[in-house]
Amino acid sequence: MAKTAEANKTNYQGQMHLLQKELMGNYFNQMTRAAEHGEGKAAYMLISGNPVELMLAFDLIPVYPEINALQLAVKKVALPFIQKAEEIGYSMDNCAYVKADVGLFLGDRKTPFATIPLPALILCNYVGCNVYLQWFEHLAEYCDGTLYNLDIPFMRDPSGKPTAADVTYVVRQLEEVIEICEKITGKKLDYAKLKRIVALSGETGEIWSRIKGLTKNVPSPFDSYFDSVTMMAPLYCLRGTEGGLKFFETALKEMQEKVDMGQGPLPEERFRFVIEGPPPWPYLRTFRDLFSKWGAVAVASTYSTVGGLWEFGFKHDSNRPLESIASHMLEWNLTNRNFLQRYEQIRRYVEEWSADALVIHSVKSCRLFSAGQGDMREYFTKELGIPTLLVESDIEDPRYFSEAQMKNRIDAFFESLEHKKIVRGAAAAGGAT
Amino acid sequence: MIYAAGIDVGSTQTKSVIVNDKLEIVARSLIDTGANVTKAGERGFTDALKASGIRREEVVYVVGTGYGRYKVTFGDTQITEISCHAKGASYLFPATRTVIDMGGQDAKGIKVGEGGDVKDFVMNDKCAAGTGRFLAQAAEALALPLDDIGEISLKAKNPVRLTTVCTVFVESDIISYLAQGKKIEDILGGVHSAIAARTISLVRRVGIEAEVTFTGGV
Ligand code: SF4
Repeated sequence: MAKTAEANKTNYQGQMHLLQKELMGNYFNQMTRAAEHGEGKAAYMLISGNPVELMLAFDLIPVYPEINALQLAVKKVALPFIQKAEEIGYSMDNCAYVKADVGLFLGDRKTPFATIPLPALILCNYVGCNVYLQWFEHLAEYCDGTLYNLDIPFMRDPSGKPTAADVTYVVRQLEEVIEICEKITGKKLDYAKLKRIVALSGETGEIWSRIKGLTKNVPSPFDSYFDSVTMMAPLYCLRGTEGGLKFFETALKEMQEKVDMGQGPLPEERFRFVIEGPPPWPYLRTFRDLFSKWGAVAVASTYSTVGGLWEFGFKHDSNRPLESIASHMLEWNLTNRNFLQRYEQIRRYVEEWSADALVIHSVKSCRLFSAGQGDMREYFTKELGIPTLLVESDIEDPRYFSEAQMKNRIDAFFESLEHKKIVRGAAAAGGAT
Repeated sequence: MIYAAGIDVGSTQTKSVIVNDKLEIVARSLIDTGANVTKAGERGFTDALKASGIRREEVVYVVGTGYGRYKVTFGDTQITEISCHAKGASYLFPATRTVIDMGGQDAKGIKVGEGGDVKDFVMNDKCAAGTGRFLAQAAEALALPLDDIGEISLKAKNPVRLTTVCTVFVESDIISYLAQGKKIEDILGGVHSAIAARTISLVRRVGIEAEVTFTGGV
């Protein structure tokens, strides 16, 4: 029985993993050189729907406080930074990403992976989460960087489409950002360079969407939640660069090979699920093992679309660089999408990726994700009849993860799925005789 | 004669039962789990064997459940108590469609299909608000034995409205009602209504369908 079996670990290490290590290492080293030797200027941005293409056109180094915070959590060193922020007055209920980042920012900004440079530009792309605004305003308080808030209208229309005015509004702001970047760097915008970068983003996004399509195969060649994490870092930190494109070309090739060989991340794929919500970074491995032991593989995840949603047809267009950056920010990233769109995205994943179930990982300190997830659970179980499990911990704060509780819920959920499978199998066998 | 055993290693107590081939309970034991979870499973099982005079080799199948189920190393399989409650309830009451399990730290609502399969379930969030601990805390605040508070609360004429189902804050809430001169039965009535209201809203999330079977220590 699978229940007592040792957790099946994945240890697939391909060329893509080596390349990922190298490229991400270079990215972090560039940050350290900027921080310690003043080589280059940094622009802080947020992951969801950002205009990184514009920053790269000015040779600004993109720095993502969210990535720094999550790296701290993965390396299990976040808590002292969180506590430092709490000491100066941030509440227990504040987003733990913010607290880890603020705690880090107010110290020497040294981490096990890089020294974080101070920002020349603090570019807040306000998509969906209003914590973004306060977070970057706070950082601006604590240093001399120039703050600019990109105000991105939420996808408030049920159709989920921006209006023409929305697009113009964002493009106008991007033009203001260009003026600020020109001041900071002392360079004029090189439009041809911007177009090249946008073209690279377009190609990268397209390959990423093809990679994500591969998990429709049975077995799925990789876990679209736990393994996507390896690919999300290059997608966010290296999008719009040659290195980023090369990484995704390599990944596509390797994943296609796994499909051809009929290999998946586990020895046996017994359940396919879709997962909603960010992962518990401090306990990623533990969390993964709770699913692996049931032979459960995530075939699609909403979290892997926070930085951009490419699998449903969007592609950056180098002929309209600013407009397509604007439409990425407005329409094609998870956080700026309304709830109906979020439902629809999950429904499509369950159907088109042939999943058995939906798992919602609710994040205690993140309202953006967790608000409405109770209703979401109801909608999927009651209206659509999709078995749905809701579990809760945190994205960053290790104090909210209770392994025994988590295990109990996950085990019970898969026990019931297994039971269903057996009953269905017996019925099918009975029908055949 | 062949037998089967179930061992529930809970956070505070370990419960064991042995059934015969007619599924009649022939032995049981109840011990404190203590610090050594593995030993607790062993000891609970041995106690039940001793009490009934059944030999260990006669027990052909052992199931571990509860938080310590993976520590029942001599067991044949481990099943969560969620599935066990559903199965058990529908074995005793075959028409069961909803199980409300009120335990020491957990409150659960389980939607059950025919034959006791789990269709859906919800549990209280990580804190123990509105569970058995909450009642124990209330009893302690009033310096009453836990077993008595149910009966006393039935005498309530004007149950108070508790502002919290928090296990930590219930004490100060109770003290402030005592200071206001409220009757003990009315306070306990309030405690029970609060826990009931909280449980109903939890169980509604899976949908309440007749028959409802209650399980768990509360
Ligand atoms: S989306 Fe959630 S985790 Fe991210 S900044 Fe907002 S509250 Fe924090």
